[in-house]
Amino acid sequence: MQLAIDKTIMQDAREDAKAIAKAIKAFIDEKTTTSVERSILRLLGIDQATDFGVPLVNAVVDHIVEHGDLSRGVCHYMAHAVKKTDKSPKAIATLIASGKMHMKDFAKKAVPDYSVLTPYFLATEKIIQHQAKKRREHLHEYDVPEKYVIVATGNIYEDIKQALSAVEKGADIIAVIRTTGQSLLDYVPDGVTQEGFGGTYATQENFRLMREALDESTKTHGRYIKLVNYASGLCMPEIAVLGAIERLDMMLNDSLYGIIFRDINMQRTFIDQHFSRVIGAYSDIVINTGEDNYLTTTDAFDNAHTVIASQFINEQFASLAGMPSRLMGLGHAYEIDPAKPHSFLYEIANAQLSRQCFPNAPLKYMPPTKHMHGDIFNGIAQNTLFNIAAQLTGQNIHLLGMLTEAIHTPFVSDRALALNNAKHIETAMLALKDELTIKPGGMIEKRANDVLKDAKKLLESIREMGLFKALEKGTFADIARTQDGGKGLEGVFDKHPHYRNIPMERFMQALKAGESNE
Amino acid sequence: MNKKLLLPYGDTLDDGKVQLSFSLPCPCNPTGDAAAKATAEAMGLYDVHVVHSSALGEGFSFYVVYGMRKDPIDISTLEVRDVETQAMSKDEVEAFIAEKFDRPLVFIGASTGSDAHTVGIDAIMNMKGIHGHYGLERYKGIQAINLGSQVDNETLLEKAKEHRADVILVSQTVTQKDIHIRNLTAFVELLEAEGERDNFIIVVGGARISHALAKELGFDAGFGPKKYAFDVASFAVNALFDKMRHQE
Repeated sequence: MQLAIDKTIMQDAREDAKAIAKAIKAFIDEKTTTSVERSILRLLGIDQATDFGVPLVNAVVDHIVEHGDLSRGVCHYMAHAVKKTDKSPKAIATLIASGKMHMKDFAKKAVPDYSVLTPYFLATEKIIQHQAKKRREHLHEYDVPEKYVIVATGNIYEDIKQALSAVEKGADIIAVIRTTGQSLLDYVPDGVTQEGFGGTYATQENFRLMREALDESTKTHGRYIKLVNYASGLCMPEIAVLGAIERLDMMLNDSLYGIIFRDINMQRTFIDQHFSRVIGAYSDIVINTGEDNYLTTTDAFDNAHTVIASQFINEQFASLAGMPSRLMGLGHAYEIDPAKPHSFLYEIANAQLSRQCFPNAPLKYMPPTKHMHGDIFNGIAQNTLFNIAAQLTGQNIHLLGMLTEAIHTPFVSDRALALNNAKHIETAMLALKDELTIKPGGMIEKRANDVLKDAKKLLESIREMGLFKALEKGTFADIARTQDGGKGLEGVFDKHPHYRNIPMERFMQALKAGESNE
Repeated sequence: MNKKLLLPYGDTLDDGKVQLSFSLPCPCNPTGDAAAKATAEAMGLYDVHVVHSSALGEGFSFYVVYGMRKDPIDISTLEVRDVETQAMSKDEVEAFIAEKFDRPLVFIGASTGSDAHTVGIDAIMNMKGIHGHYGLERYKGIQAINLGSQVDNETLLEKAKEHRADVILVSQTVTQKDIHIRNLTAFVELLEAEGERDNFIIVVGGARISHALAKELGFDAGFGPKKYAFDVASFAVNALFDKMRHQE
């Protein structure tokens, strides 16, 4: 099943998106953030928290902000400190957190010998490479679509039970939904957690526990189960590091979502998303972008083109971070009002358009949520249509709809029913997409080309005014944000002329080398 | 009052048929089936049939169960609380505001606390509305400010004060373990602690909200499913008008 899509418009749209992303890249190259610096410290092997629950990486960065000058970057301070004390970065961080050591004197010092940090970066890189290798060994060819379900109990141990039940019913991907408000925490909580609201805290220990349980079930079922969490919010790149170390397979990571839906400052987000994607690309982790959300707050039919436009932008940002297409889980959704005549045809048009614009990307397809109002039987009907659309258009990451959407977080049985439904459609329609041809010049093909044209127009206007301005005008989801507004701007710093982000340099170098090997 | 007796209806009057589905944390086997039957019987059903059972992975099982209710309920004894204001149409609301008030009325709304869903608040506030009923943004005489989702109570109050809001709309769509009750209670307590309760008409809406629940929690009104912007606006403008007359 293929649509005749205007290739020139597609190409032009991509060019516009490239220019948009490049303009932002030039801006972010001059800046760093507290969360980027904390990520670097994590890559130096600094984990855990003080007795008061303050993560050591926060203690160090806060210390430098207060007593020194963060624009030099943590590598500057750590290289001097390691050289002077001959201690490990983690030992140094512990001393700083307990007030037994000071970084103040390093602020004015000359460029250090950064090579003293190399062994510590290497140690973490080894772990990450080992994890990526392990994933590749387990991961065989996948049935498409891969069935993705969420768990969200708030208690990691309860999450594990529900995840294992879902795996037995055929789930391929488990996402642990985060507790409310974690995206606005400017630190990553430490240790195991058993309380959350509408989700479970993303912590390194919780990642590890779930990974261990899913690996165990891989042994029994012979199927590798992917694990998902969020590299988003104020700690975007830090969580990317934790995900890489604990072998998460996918991370929700969007260049615009936090700005639009969490009111996180746009400068902060653009800088953080870049480093988080470099880390993801290096670690072979698939990102999931959040375009689906635009359709939940605005009309899904009228705004279909904003999804395509944003997918092009996300693609280009990912590409600038050295990420290959096979890691770009670009998002979209099935959200048109089912009362609208031909809604299913329009959904097919949208889904197939995404498919053809991004043929090598593992697209993430979100189920209906907006027009679910508590009638669970109607919910099943909507989810069935969604499953058919996913199957027909070859979506990869297939988020399963819950019949109880808009009522409560899923019951264990809701998830099983959703998996049965998806399996039913998949089995019944296995080869249907290869058997069908869409009528040339018909409603579906025309709609897809109209959406693409509108997306191209939108990208062109964003290119002209710049992405910052476009966001200030409420281009996406009808939500307007300002360049200096939102949360987290205080964590943005101009780089000193001598600033270095050593792991970013190392990762980009490795990615470039890998590219030429391919 | 005359008794009016009622039993669930399957396909014959007073057959009392009820359908249930639930999971049990036990394996799917004959004991599990028996446990499902006993569970339904303990709920007051008789002639219980477990028509479907399946395993939900290790240690969990799922059941579809039918049974019958024997004892009818008497509708005439039920106490039902609904918003008493007569609902006006959009045009009527606009005319009412134009006639009774000399300024636009400010409605501020948010989905609060843990709730990331904006469907509810958008249905009431956004231009487009839902099911053909326009949202408050489209009402002449109403300035509608939608703060979106996951707004904490403190922020909502702060914004309400900043915009000199007349009406605060709180939406709670999806809830887990009754956290919405705690969150709504906390909002009323916050208003009272800050001495702001009388400065606003406060309204809550959501799939699991009833007017009775809203009143119990200290809100002025509550709107559940099948309520639209005009229902909310009708109540609010009348309440504001009453409040204004009281103060005069």
